[in-house]
Amino acid sequence: MSSSSEAKPALYSQTLLAGLWRENPALRLLLGMCPTLAVTAAVKPALTMGCCVIFVLVCSNIIVSLMRNLLKPHLRILMFTLTIAAFVTVADLFLKAYQPEMSEILGPYVPLIIVNCIIICRAEACASKNGLVISIIDAVGMGVGFTLTLCVLAAIRELLATGAIFEIQMLTPATEGGWFVKWAAMGMPVGAFLTLGLMLGLVNVVTRKKA
Amino acid sequence: MDTLNVVLMGFISVVLINNLVFTKFLGTCPYLGVSGRIDMAFGMGLAVTFVVTFSGTLTWMIDNWILMKLGLEVTRYVCFIVVIAGAVQLVEMYLRKFFPSLYDSFGIFLPLITTNCVILGLCLFLNVWMVNHLLDAAVRSFGAGIGFTMAICIMAGIRENLSIADVPECLKGAPITLITAGLLSLAFMGFSGMIR
Repeated sequence: MSSSSEAKPALYSQTLLAGLWRENPALRLLLGMCPTLAVTAAVKPALTMGCCVIFVLVCSNIIVSLMRNLLKPHLRILMFTLTIAAFVTVADLFLKAYQPEMSEILGPYVPLIIVNCIIICRAEACASKNGLVISIIDAVGMGVGFTLTLCVLAAIRELLATGAIFEIQMLTPATEGGWFVKWAAMGMPVGAFLTLGLMLGLVNVVTRKKA
Repeated sequence: MDTLNVVLMGFISVVLINNLVFTKFLGTCPYLGVSGRIDMAFGMGLAVTFVVTFSGTLTWMIDNWILMKLGLEVTRYVCFIVVIAGAVQLVEMYLRKFFPSLYDSFGIFLPLITTNCVILGLCLFLNVWMVNHLLDAAVRSFGAGIGFTMAICIMAGIRENLSIADVPECLKGAPITLITAGLLSLAFMGFSGMIR
């Protein structure tokens, strides 16, 4: 249960970094695919979604970690989902109150965080076995890794579909005298599947080279 | 006649035009994970169809007849997830008793239907589409299940062939599956505009 005190900082940083690259939820573990694909038509909703996921992930990891000794094995998944559902409701109401237009765009994908595999996976694989601090660090690492992936994917799609990133025009479209032709398919489901597929391929190339 | 029309349109729309997998990205996880063999994919699709029909109808009733009347919309997500978990539990018990071999071959994927986004997604989209008729809600739920089964079976068929195809090393596995899904969703975009 308790490791020696000097090994702890190393363990913490290792846990944090694992979520960012080695076990990046979207790119390496292929978890949480639906939101990854659905909200990445532009950077702003992707970032909002990422923040919601970080919030829910941290909160649910805290609660699950605290109640890990009380859980009955056959009821644990139900307990996880109920905990997550409660926090997602909080996040959803918060968005509706303070970011109504984002809430409009994200629509049912905010409540769908409940069934986002990342959160259940972290509750099951990490929080139900580890102490509070490790669980929080793990949640932050995983959440940030997920958010970064979302933003990169969204940036590529938004740039190719509209020539803008974060709604700031980067390329002049052909209709206004530039060379860039808007690639509408990138804003549609096709673009999401293709871009993510190619990104995963790229990640595979990079990791093969390292090994 | 009018009701029949609405119901039929709802069914076609949810199977082909608003197919949850290709246009709403729901259920992508099992879609990528399980669809390696056609018979498994079909069984999975049927299980999901049952759960989604049952829970879609039930959550619509709870949402419209209880929660909205009492102003308890805040608890909507918690109620939905409880209904879905219950439905999955029901399927699990039924399969274990009557089809033990099928139950064994599903393994972990069966309880994971609870976290299949198709199901919760559909329950939420019924609200977004403003479905205001019980029959319409039931038919659309059933249609969503059929749509998912269709998508997952098409994908399984393609993947059986992909396994003997010459795919670049770095694209093997998930990347090529995603790219295939992209092309499929492009094909399904041809259906858009068929109604309305």
